[in-house]
Amino acid sequence: MSVFETVKKIIVEVKGIDEDQIQLESRFEEDLEADSLDVVEMIMMLEEEYEFEIPEDVAEKLKTVKHVVDYIEQNRP
Amino acid sequence: MSKPVALITGSSRGIGRAIAIELGKNFKVAVNYYDKIEAEANRAQAQEVLDIIRQAGGEGTVLGADVSEPASAAQLVEATAASLGGLDVLVNNAGINKDQLMVRMTDAQWHDVIDTNLSSAFYCSRAALKYMMKKRQGRIINISSVVGMAGNAGQAHYAASKAGLLGFTYSVAKEYGPRGITANAIAPGYIVSDMTSKLPAEITARMVEQIPLGRMGTPEDIAALVAFLASPAAAYINGQVIRVDGGMSI
Repeated sequence: MSVFETVKKIIVEVKGIDEDQIQLESRFEEDLEADSLDVVEMIMMLEEEYEFEIPEDVAEKLKTVKHVVDYIEQNRP
Repeated sequence: MSKPVALITGSSRGIGRAIAIELGKNFKVAVNYYDKIEAEANRAQAQEVLDIIRQAGGEGTVLGADVSEPASAAQLVEATAASLGGLDVLVNNAGINKDQLMVRMTDAQWHDVIDTNLSSAFYCSRAALKYMMKKRQGRIINISSVVGMAGNAGQAHYAASKAGLLGFTYSVAKEYGPRGITANAIAPGYIVSDMTSKLPAEITARMVEQIPLGRMGTPEDIAALVAFLASPAAAYINGQVIRVDGGMSI
């Protein structure tokens, strides 16, 4: 499964929305109506999935699906 | 279906012991004991609590920890989930008192009481919420005290820690309510326990005079409310503090 697919799967799980609503360019707050707790929950699930920690100062800057996918692809162990 | 899981911090004796025994009727229970000092004696007491639960047909485990330490508290929560298969109810009960007039109170006394009574609830809840958020359900029950609402001479640290638990409870209730997780606090009054048995008889007599019911409470009086707050019937109770004090504080 690609990182994008995994991120999509997790957003679907957290937000209960349709997978085809999620694009690479989707913004969490504006497009996916995710609040700060939703984003934190998603990050926690990604940390578990990829077995590495995403620092708080990085997590705060992840505003779109693409931000998350890029960060994981570049930093996963 | 498998029974849900409850962790009660500081449940080898006192109020925590009664809570563990009561919850043991409907939950798989993690009986936590303090393992930093007198670990063997505390472990034996915790094992006795678990034996009582098992004799009544329940199940659970015994786990040592020092919940005033972040790493130990997190390990306790993880060990509970690993050995009992999840975590549905967390009762932040562990507490100490080191009564002292404030002008004579040492920094160490202050920090010991705050860390054990208040910070522990944060450490354990932070770890527990990870499991509860995933399940979209959970109950956090904090054992505060009427002293946290009224203050008490000789208990500045204890009262501050117990008042802190109330603000903590309200915040958890608001922050995790949207995830189906409730947080409530219980404020026991004057309860028969090791903590109160240390007090001189004359002070005890004076305290009891102020209780409309004319007697001290029992650990079981508190445990009964914990069991209710942990039950499906209490699903819509969130962010409340309930006094169990025989009417002492009215």
